Amino acid sequence: MTRHVVAPSAEIAPGSRKLVNVAGRSIGIFNLGGEFFALLNRCPHQGGSLCLGEQVGLVLSEEPGQYCYSRPREMLRCPWHGWEFDIRTGQSWCDPKRMRTKSYPVTVEPGEALVKGPYQADIFPVSIEADYVVIDL
Amino acid sequence: MSGAVLERSRTDAARLGMVDCDIHPMLRSERALFPYLARRWRDELETFGLRTRNPFVGSFAFPKATPALSRRDSWPPAGGPPGSDLSFMRAQYLDPYGIETGILQTLIPSGKDQRNPAFGAALCAALNDWQIAEWTEPEPRLKAAITIPAEDAEASVAEIERSAPKSDFVSIFLTTRTAEPLGRKRYWPIFAAAERTGLALGIHTGGSNGLPMTPGGWPSFYFEEHMANAFAMQPLLASLVLEGVFEAFPKLRVVLIEGGFAWAPALAWRLDKHWARMRPEVPHVRHPPSFYIRRQVWFATQPVEEPPDRADLRTLIDWIGWERLVFASDYPHWDMDDPQRAFKLALSDGETQAVFRDNARLAYRLP
Amino acid sequence: MTEFRDLGPIDCDLHPPTPRMAELLPYLDPHWREVMLSRGIDGLELASYPPGSPLSARPEWRGPGGRPGGDLALIQREVLDRWGTRRAILNCLHGSMAMFSEDMAAALARAVNDWIASEWLDRDARLAASILVAARSPELAVAEIERRAEDARFVQVLLLAGSELPLGRRGHWPIYAAAERFSLPVGIHAGSAFHQPMTSVGWPSYVVEDYVSQATGFQHQLLSLIGEGVFTRFPRLKVVLIESGVTWLPGFLWRANKEWRALRPEVPWVDRSPIEIVREHVRLTLQPFDSPPDASALAAVIGQLGSDDLLLFSSDFPHWQWDGEDILPKALPEVLRSRIALDNPRQTYPRLGVRLGKECVS
Repeated sequence: MTRHVVAPSAEIAPGSRKLVNVAGRSIGIFNLGGEFFALLNRCPHQGGSLCLGEQVGLVLSEEPGQYCYSRPREMLRCPWHGWEFDIRTGQSWCDPKRMRTKSYPVTVEPGEALVKGPYQADIFPVSIEADYVVIDL
Repeated sequence: MSGAVLERSRTDAARLGMVDCDIHPMLRSERALFPYLARRWRDELETFGLRTRNPFVGSFAFPKATPALSRRDSWPPAGGPPGSDLSFMRAQYLDPYGIETGILQTLIPSGKDQRNPAFGAALCAALNDWQIAEWTEPEPRLKAAITIPAEDAEASVAEIERSAPKSDFVSIFLTTRTAEPLGRKRYWPIFAAAERTGLALGIHTGGSNGLPMTPGGWPSFYFEEHMANAFAMQPLLASLVLEGVFEAFPKLRVVLIEGGFAWAPALAWRLDKHWARMRPEVPHVRHPPSFYIRRQVWFATQPVEEPPDRADLRTLIDWIGWERLVFASDYPHWDMDDPQRAFKLALSDGETQAVFRDNARLAYRLP
Repeated sequence: MTEFRDLGPIDCDLHPPTPRMAELLPYLDPHWREVMLSRGIDGLELASYPPGSPLSARPEWRGPGGRPGGDLALIQREVLDRWGTRRAILNCLHGSMAMFSEDMAAALARAVNDWIASEWLDRDARLAASILVAARSPELAVAEIERRAEDARFVQVLLLAGSELPLGRRGHWPIYAAAERFSLPVGIHAGSAFHQPMTSVGWPSYVVEDYVSQATGFQHQLLSLIGEGVFTRFPRLKVVLIESGVTWLPGFLWRANKEWRALRPEVPWVDRSPIEIVREHVRLTLQPFDSPPDASALAAVIGQLGSDDLLLFSSDFPHWQWDGEDILPKALPEVLRSRIALDNPRQTYPRLGVRLGKECVS
């Protein structure tokens, strides 16, 4: 497993996301209220660019006519067929065990710790004053 | 995804020469039709707008799943709605997938469904000229289908005869939901014109006829309407067979578009079974219904049904016949099928060539 | 192989002749009796089944004047005795189901139910029946269900596939609540009230076209029941699709599953896939079985149904769905025969109270 520094954490504000290319893979980094998550940008259904999809809430229901809305912006709908994926796990809502996109561990680390390495940061220099989003793959 | 078909290089896709039977071009705006409309109809469009049997001015009766019923990544960066920008269509779809021939299905706006019939006919003619001038002439990979005001057979035949000489037209475009079941005699002049001109009749899911969507009236949700719309293929095909259309027009070629195909075998079995019992009622249907379907009907694949056990998909196609399926993407709509990944099934080279190229060449008599 | 008749099957769909008004008069109250006579109301057979049509009755299953279904003796001879039928559920296809006037519909449905009880159920203990209701008026329908529910020989509520509103719509729910309360499955039978065209492309020309289109009608209604969340709201409800043709179901479910994955948030109460919902809540009577032409395809379709629990034996007497002795589709697997004949109907219709001795358990 290699650690990749993908962005200064300040660049992905809470509620926003960033698409990065790491080791030939397109990966979406999501900031949900200060927590970071990384998903492979590929829908397991037909290959759509999942991480470009709409971020929506989760609507559930105990009975017809009732709409229980929760977790705003924590579900990702594929831009093609609209299948829903949980940004926290990469699992689809309808078939969580079999239909899921790859999810990668993400940490935020101070530049000070990172300058010691080992890590890969091809695109930008790491500064000891900032924090960085690091994913393992 | 393991077992997916056509996971090959772009070179291979280009060599295959894929035919896509369902691509939707879209007007940048209604005004884009002005150059093709007489003054009187430009005024009609500006003053009264498009009027179908739909309660809303600017929305579908059943609001769709996505804006413009399209993939969210299909909005052209240069502006305009999905399907309205040829260069973006090339970049996002035609080029990367190696589409050799794409057949345009101009679904929206619908001339057929206009409440003002004369305006509907003018709209159809304008859409046809627009398809040639703005799509097939600049992009030779694209072919077009003649839109017709189908409820008026005489006007439809006139439009077919006007447009058919343009070789970029390979089909006549209809939607499933006509005012009466399509096999009725009022529509026969259209079939005769199709036979005469050698153009395939492409019948695409959709349209509006003011009739309820189900035998129990109108459903509530798009979840129902989207599927129910496709169910119309079943009574439509039954009507064509049982009214004797294929008997009267043995050279007519019909392509059913955007209905999927998993329903087809059971419908054919049902038709055969009850036709056998009820022959005295339909003596003009001389052969079992499945005979005509196998002879004259093709099924465009999208939306490909996805059985939990993928082997069932192969069984299903075996029943229908590998020569009867033609690939369709439905680009850029949200429920489109990706040419490389829609079939969750490993196909042989022969099967791939048939479904993704050769069957369509035959159905549409492509060069 | 056990002879089918030795299983003592439960026949989940057979049709008594549709009563003429003269037969119903004794079961109508004085007001409605006078209305029927003074207005000359009669001929309420459903037009979905024209009496003379080949499909409406096998030639030897007609009574005097060609009347489909004949009489009790004919049913006993041709079905009950011949097939060793343990219990049989009568579905009376009477026009009360299609009547616009809610009150007249309710009066007629009540009379037909009373007629069934006296003229049929009282005369052969093997017979059970569905309750006819005025579907346009859930309130009156519930009243009739409640009135009938004391009589355990009534085992189902009957509705038509061609209804006025989609059957999942909330307006129908009082009917489903009552059905669930009394352990009555809701049977949806082929045929239409003709309040809407049978198809979304208009009125078919031919009887055969109309009948073929019934299968599509079932697809619409099943989708409505799923989409509106009827099975979420009524978790113990069972729905039986009667004379649906059956073999459309796998393809329908594959599409419905795909659709649900895309559009679930619109109907969030649909909290399981349509395949799971149908396996738990929906059953289908066997005849007509729109068979593929060969045995291996038939086996494949049966496999695609994905469950041995779905099918319920039915003769569909007197409808001409099968010839000679071919009451079952050819090449039906042995294990399925007993499930279809007994186990599935028994579990679907608890009010039949059929308990099985050891010799009958598959």
